[in-house]
Amino acid sequence: MAGAQAGTRGKAIMSALLTIDAVSKRFRGVLAVDQVTFEIGSGSIAAVIGPNGAGKTTLFNMIAGVLAPDRGAIVFAGDRIDGLKPDQVCRRGIGRTFQLVRPFPVLSVEDNVIIGALLHRNDPAAARRRAHEVLAQLDLFDKRTQRASALTLPDRKRLEVARALATDPKLLLLDEVMAGLRPVETDRIVTILRELNRATGLTILLIEHVMRAVMALAERVLVLHHGAAIAEGAPAAVVREPAVVQSYLGAEAV
Amino acid sequence: MRRLIEGVPPRGLVGLAALCLALIVGPWVANDYLLTVLIVILYFAYTGQAWNVMMGFAGQLSLGHAIYVGLGAYAAAALYVHFGIAPWIGLAAAIALAVACGALIGFLAFRFGVAGVYFAILTIAFAEFARIGFDHFGWVGASSGFFLPVANYAHNDLWTLRGNPTMFYYVMLVLTAAAFVLCRILLKSRIGYYWQAIREDEAAARSLGIDTFRYKMYAVIISAGMTSVAGVFFAFYYNNLFPEQVFHISRSIEMILGPIIGGIGTLFGPLIGAFLLTGLSETMLELLGALGLDVPGAKQVFYGICLLLVVIVLPEGVWPWLARKLGLAEKQS
Repeated sequence: MAGAQAGTRGKAIMSALLTIDAVSKRFRGVLAVDQVTFEIGSGSIAAVIGPNGAGKTTLFNMIAGVLAPDRGAIVFAGDRIDGLKPDQVCRRGIGRTFQLVRPFPVLSVEDNVIIGALLHRNDPAAARRRAHEVLAQLDLFDKRTQRASALTLPDRKRLEVARALATDPKLLLLDEVMAGLRPVETDRIVTILRELNRATGLTILLIEHVMRAVMALAERVLVLHHGAAIAEGAPAAVVREPAVVQSYLGAEAV
Repeated sequence: MRRLIEGVPPRGLVGLAALCLALIVGPWVANDYLLTVLIVILYFAYTGQAWNVMMGFAGQLSLGHAIYVGLGAYAAAALYVHFGIAPWIGLAAAIALAVACGALIGFLAFRFGVAGVYFAILTIAFAEFARIGFDHFGWVGASSGFFLPVANYAHNDLWTLRGNPTMFYYVMLVLTAAAFVLCRILLKSRIGYYWQAIREDEAAARSLGIDTFRYKMYAVIISAGMTSVAGVFFAFYYNNLFPEQVFHISRSIEMILGPIIGGIGTLFGPLIGAFLLTGLSETMLELLGALGLDVPGAKQVFYGICLLLVVIVLPEGVWPWLARKLGLAEKQS
């Protein structure tokens, strides 16, 4: 499974869909993100890894519009998006999931996804058709009438992905979508994401601790430590860098 | 029209038709007392429905909805008494005033992040401002009350809303039915889905591209406008307005008990709640009266017991439970 390197598919060099340019964010005395620069090519899959507290989620929240950077610029599809509100960022074409899943609990699985699909469709019937497509892609179609709160954690994680996908994003931000899943569930999501990327050209940025998924999916990896980028490149190369092994993976991890 | 009844089981439609029929022929069999009770029930069903738009659909708790009733009532009554303007025209002014007030409260709250309990307190504060303000507003009688010329019950004039209780009953019935249909349409369109998303998780809603400020404003504005229509009815039905009564917080609470007991966020909740609360409390008062007992505050105690029972036994309200029992829970397609 993890043997098939995503980066070896031989894509041509593509223009950057998302450019993070020397972005910094400080919370009082803590420099959470320190001058991070990173580019994600259109149609690629990238990952941000690093120990807890490295600033991954802060970086993520700056892209998604939850936080505004103190310094630096975030450019998406040619436009500055730093400082925009989350709903504006979503309308530009960036979908996201949450680290702690937050589906709309009392609504049905289908209604959860319809709400996402309504972003670009005024008619609920059209949104429902789109929701059904997405639910089929995420293996949730048979559970569409259940309440979201009744789902298991792996199902709720996929529901979050489905809901974000229904907004027709160009870039999908996944915040630890594999965390807490069994390997077989992880592989299932990996397969789904790779298929989405292949079939629709969806660009994906993951924050992930599950190296199994990172190695299987990401073409490029950014490693953060104490808010700063300490390594960047193809996953196979990055995991061998001494700084990464020492700060994050531990000596015996690879 | 087809979409409106989509997903409703046939027996549900039959039940709904039977209910409509019963409400239409009701006045032919009801005596005067029963008719006034039915009017009160419909009044609370309507205002409960209006309140439900804000709390039940969009999750914004208002504990000051009496302000919209009061503004609507005073606006239409003042235009009628001072300028002879018919209530149906006064209605437009009433709605405009309530909508402006709702928009102001909504803007202040949602722009500056006043949410949850603090939002509820803000709505109480505005209702209290209004109560105290109207207590000193001489043009509409201040604290000594504002009176409309009492109707001559001999003939009904729908245009000036002067007539007997049967006319008022049908006016209230049409309003309640219209509010029901409007809420069904809203719930089945994008705005209804977006409200529910905001109610369930506002941050998640924003991440899906929903402009939560705008949709919360819509909820307040629609709810305020609907509620003010009940205010116009109130003024012309009771013919007297006292700030102490109209704007009092107990009015706001009375209005929200129905939907809470019937089922917050459901279409039938406000209706069922109004029937249960008003129906049962009137029955109880009649019984107490027949026994020669005079118990002040019995109604309030009864409301309290009802609330307790619902919170303990049926926290979702009566309707979701009843719908399951009757096999009417709406099928998900």
